[in-house]
Amino acid sequence: MTERPEPDKEEQEPEAAPAPASAPAPAPAPADTELSPEPAPMALEKPLEKPPEKPPEKPIRRPLVKRHHGLIRVTHWANAVLLAGMIASGLQIYHAFPHFGLRGGPYYLNHWDGKYFPKWARLGGWLAGGLNWHFALAWPFVLAGLAYLTYLLVSGEWRSLLFRPRDVPRAWQMQLYYLRLRKEHPPQGKHNALQKAAYTFILFLGALSALTGFAIYKPVQLHWLTALFGGYELARYWHFWAVWIFVAFTLVHVALVFLVDPASLRAMITGWYRGRFPSHD
Amino acid sequence: MTDRNPSFSRRDLLRLGLTAGAASLAGACGWQGGPLQPFLRGASRFNDLVGEGLTSHRLAPQYPVSARSRERDFPGYVRSHPLPPVDPATWALEVGGLVRKPARLTLEMLKALPRVSYTVKHHCVEGWSAIATWAGAPVSSVAALVEPTAEARYLRFDTFDSGYYNGWDLKSALHPQTILAYAFNDRDLTTKHGAPLRLYSPVKLGYKLTKYLTRMTFTAEKPGGYWEDQGYPWLGGI
Repeated sequence: MTERPEPDKEEQEPEAAPAPASAPAPAPAPADTELSPEPAPMALEKPLEKPPEKPPEKPIRRPLVKRHHGLIRVTHWANAVLLAGMIASGLQIYHAFPHFGLRGGPYYLNHWDGKYFPKWARLGGWLAGGLNWHFALAWPFVLAGLAYLTYLLVSGEWRSLLFRPRDVPRAWQMQLYYLRLRKEHPPQGKHNALQKAAYTFILFLGALSALTGFAIYKPVQLHWLTALFGGYELARYWHFWAVWIFVAFTLVHVALVFLVDPASLRAMITGWYRGRFPSHD
Repeated sequence: MTDRNPSFSRRDLLRLGLTAGAASLAGACGWQGGPLQPFLRGASRFNDLVGEGLTSHRLAPQYPVSARSRERDFPGYVRSHPLPPVDPATWALEVGGLVRKPARLTLEMLKALPRVSYTVKHHCVEGWSAIATWAGAPVSSVAALVEPTAEARYLRFDTFDSGYYNGWDLKSALHPQTILAYAFNDRDLTTKHGAPLRLYSPVKLGYKLTKYLTRMTFTAEKPGGYWEDQGYPWLGGI
């Protein structure tokens, strides 16, 4: 948590800001050399905040602030890779028996019942390969998850991330804002209430994936856990469903990064953020 | 920790990206691991060991007979097409290796041993499951007959099914629910399910439950297995 010393800490950097993309100058903007995707999208955001008659002629250079701890960033990207590999190897495993329920059926409702996934989506080549990949990635996935949760608890970061009862009305206001039923953006801390709901949910989903995974892995030795999910066949079913919720979450998550807060991409890579939202509660 | 040097995380990201790219390419080609194969096998062994640590060798839950799967829904895999014919009257199980009293056990002799019967769920490595009733003689009873020596740590099971074989650790083999099964759903075992004799246990994946047995050998070295040699987990406990 040691703050980085000088250069980036000055509140407002005096250096001349690059011309925003909205200026029709064809000359390439002397954008800062750090890979920062922000200038153009910032221009997009502006009209939402400022009266329309004052186009963003004089851009404000926002302060560069520390947003994400290294552990958050490493576990975030590790998760992205591990989940991709686990889903691909999981689809390879699914290939061996594409149904849910005791053999002979009736099988649970599943759009892919009896269907196979294309080869490009599968990892491992055959069942044993898929299993070995899946297990090899599963342990790092669990460890990354535990490291992340430990960090949340120890650092107190959970306060700005976890969705709590008090966030219910705030989430409602945020929803109204997104539906254009409310003019101003509700005040927020590091994350708005809907983000908190999403991130809390995805943590829950990660835990569910790991636990249903254990329930399938040791249905006899961890029988109590398997029973908790309704038995082996249902645990397998929930494990599969979690995949599609992960996929949907990731698509929306990535889309929102670029649509709402592109500066957050840099923050998740380098830890430093120059955007329009607070980085602390 | 990386706060002092933000460029570290960028490099790290690049590395992650390359890995992700490689992983998706690997997926695209149905890649089994190539040079990573030893790592994957190592992970599988690690997994087996962790699994073994997790397991208390508890007994598998039993089900009422009414929960049985329809017999046509309970598949049986075989390597040989067709299987060599076996006369149950002359068939016998050779039990040997690191034992004091090697034995040749006929079906009659096996049926004279204590009979263990249970209705349990079968878990196939493929992901399917089915419920059936099995009956047979505990491997522990057979072990008591032949008296394995102190060096014996593993059991190797051989079959008349085109070289299908399997290896078990002694602890798993002596689990009270590990049996040499001769009956399926209250009747003599059928060819589909491994007649005249097969290994059965509800705490192992199906490929460990060797069918069409001919020989059971106590060994000091860890035996391989038909599927295990190709990459399936060796212990296969569930």
